[in-house]
Amino acid sequence: MESYIVSNWVVGLLLAGGAGLAWLVRRSRMWSQAFRDIWRRRRLALGLVALYVVVALLDSVAWVGGVHPGEDAVAKHQARSVIDRFFADSQERSYSAPLAETEFYGGSALRKPGSHLLGTDLIGRDVLYLSLKGARVALLIGGLTSLLAIPLALLFGVPAGYFGGRLDDVVFFVMSTLASMPGLLLLIALIMVLGKSTLAICFALAITGWVGFCRVSRGETLKLRELEYVSAARALGVSEARILVRHIVPNLMHLVIITFVLMFSGLVLSEAILSWLGIGVDGSWGQMIDQARNELSRDPVVWWNVSAAGVALFGLILAVNFVGDALRDALDPRTAREAE
Amino acid sequence: MLAYLIRRLAYGVGVVFGVLFFLFVLFFTVTSPDDVARKALGERVPPAVVEQWKINHGYDRQLFPGPGAWQENMLFEHYRRMLTFDFGRSDADDTPIADRIRSGMMPSLTLTLPLFVLSLLAAIPLALLVAFFRETYIDRLGVVISVLAMSVSILLYIIGAQYLVGRLLHWFPISGFDSDPQLIVRFLALPLLVGVLAGVGGDVRFYRTVFLEESNTDYVRTARAKGCGEGRIMVRHVFRNSLIPLLTRVILAIPFLFMGSLLLESFFGIPGLGAITVDAIQGNDFSVLRTMVYIGSLLFVFGQIITDFSYGLVDPRVRLE
Repeated sequence: MESYIVSNWVVGLLLAGGAGLAWLVRRSRMWSQAFRDIWRRRRLALGLVALYVVVALLDSVAWVGGVHPGEDAVAKHQARSVIDRFFADSQERSYSAPLAETEFYGGSALRKPGSHLLGTDLIGRDVLYLSLKGARVALLIGGLTSLLAIPLALLFGVPAGYFGGRLDDVVFFVMSTLASMPGLLLLIALIMVLGKSTLAICFALAITGWVGFCRVSRGETLKLRELEYVSAARALGVSEARILVRHIVPNLMHLVIITFVLMFSGLVLSEAILSWLGIGVDGSWGQMIDQARNELSRDPVVWWNVSAAGVALFGLILAVNFVGDALRDALDPRTAREAE
Repeated sequence: MLAYLIRRLAYGVGVVFGVLFFLFVLFFTVTSPDDVARKALGERVPPAVVEQWKINHGYDRQLFPGPGAWQENMLFEHYRRMLTFDFGRSDADDTPIADRIRSGMMPSLTLTLPLFVLSLLAAIPLALLVAFFRETYIDRLGVVISVLAMSVSILLYIIGAQYLVGRLLHWFPISGFDSDPQLIVRFLALPLLVGVLAGVGGDVRFYRTVFLEESNTDYVRTARAKGCGEGRIMVRHVFRNSLIPLLTRVILAIPFLFMGSLLLESFFGIPGLGAITVDAIQGNDFSVLRTMVYIGSLLFVFGQIITDFSYGLVDPRVRLE
C-alpha cells in the first residue's frame, strides 16, 4: 500500500481515538476534573499544543492529483498533503530574506516576491513551509516512540511488580543493565547498528526511554498490589490476569500519561541532537538547525532559517513542558497535597 | 556492611556482564564483522581482503562457542578483551583505542570538571533562593524561567553563543583548544557558559522540588515554632536533610565527567572523549563506539555503588545490610 494511504488511515484512527478519549474523559470525574484544572491554569500552552497537532494532522492527510498545470509528470503522481498544496507553488532558486522582493545574494527578482513570510533556504524552499512540516515529524517521533515503549513497559513492569520473585529479578536486572549505559551513546549505537530509518530511530528511542516507564509502572504496581481492593478482588476469586487488567493497569494510567508527557519533550530534543550528529529523521527541525548552522557565518548573515526551526522547536517543547507540569499537579496525588 | 559491599559488587559485575552481552548482540550479531569490514574497506573489495581485515582486527573466529572450542569464539574474545581493557584497534583507521582514550581524557576533564562545579554553584543557591520565596511571585517567576531555559535545545544555545559572544562581541575564540594554562581559560569560557546555561534550568527545578518537599516536614514547622529564622531553616534544616536526593543526582554525574560532553566538545573543537565519540559516529567506527559505551556503563555502575555507600555518610539512619 502507498504510504500516504497508511498515513490517511492513521489520521482517521487518531481522530476516532481522540473522540473516544474525549468521551472517556467526560465520563470520568478524575479525568474531567484534571482537564478543567489544566485548562484553567495553562490555557495558552494547551492551545499551542493543539495547534501543533492540527498542523501535523493537516500535513498527514494526503492525496494524488489536483496539481497545477505547469508541473511535470512525476509531480502529478505524487501524493501531497494539505500543507504541501498550500505551499505548492512556493519554490524559488536560492536564499531570500523574509518578505523580500529579490534574491538575497545577487538580487535577481523572485518568482513570488513578498510572499515568503519567513524567507527561503539555500535551495529556495519556503522556510515557513519547512517549519510547519517539522511539526509532523516531531509528533511522529514522540508518538511512535511512546507507542512502542509504553505497552512494552506495562507488559514487563506490571507483572514484575505484581508477581515479584524471579520474574521481578530478571526485569529489574534488564532495567539496570539498560540504565547503566549512557543514554545518548546507547541511542547512537542502536541507530548505527539498526540503520537510519524513522522506525529504527523511534525503536532506539523506545529502548532507551523504556526503562523510565517500566520503573514507574513496576514501582506503582508494588504499591497497588497491597491495597484493599486488590485483596478484595483476590478474595472474591478474580483471576490474576483479570486483576492486572481491571484493577492494576487502570490505576497506573495517570502515571503513565504524566511520564509520557514529561518524556515527550526529551524525545524531541534528543532527535535534534541526533540530527546534528547526522543520524536524525528527515525533515525534522533538528535537521533544519543542522543545515543552517553554517549560515550564521555567512556575510551578510542568513538568520531566518535557524531562527524559524529554533522557535518552532522551542514553542512545542515549552508548551508540552507546561502542560506536563500542570498535568502532574492535577493528577499526581503526592504533588496535589503539596499544592493545597 | 562487608556482606552488603560484596553483594553490591557482585550485582555490579553482573550488570557489567549484561552490558557486555548486550553490546555483543548489537555489534556482532545484528551487524556482523563482515558488515563492519565492508563499511571500513568499501563495498567493492574482494572477499580475500575482507578476510585479511577480519584476521588483522581479530574478528575471524566463529561467533558462539561450539563443541570443544569454548575459548576460540568471538563471544569469549569480546568478554576477555573488554574485561582486561585490551580494546584493540579502531575499525576505521587502525590506531590503538587505548591511546586515544588516554589522550582524550585530560581535555575532557578540563572541560567537564569546572562545568560540574560551576553548575552546582549556580543551581543549588538559586534553588534554595526560589524555595525560600515559595508561593510568591519570585518563586513562580523562577519556575517559569527554569522551564523556559530547559525548553531551548542545547544546539541553539551553542549556535547562539558562538554567534553572539564569539562573532559579534569577539570576547572569546569560537572554538579551539590549547593546554597552555593561560590560553585554556579563553578557549573554555564559551563552552562553560553554554554548558551552565543549558543545564541550570532543569537543575534548579529539580532541586527546588526536593527542597520544597523537605520544607513541608514536621521538624521544619517545629524549628519555625521555636523562632528559628527562615534563612537558617533553609540552610541548616532543609538543605542538610535534602542531601540524599541531591547526592543521588550529583554523585552519579561524576563518573560521566570522564566521558566528556559529546556536543560541547565537538562544537568547540576540544579534543576530548566526546569529540572522539562524534568522530567514531561519523566514521562508522564501531569498535570505538562499543568501547565508549562499555566504559560509560562501567563508570555508571561504579558511581552507583559509591552513591549507595554515601547515603550512610550523610544520613546516620541508613544502615547498609
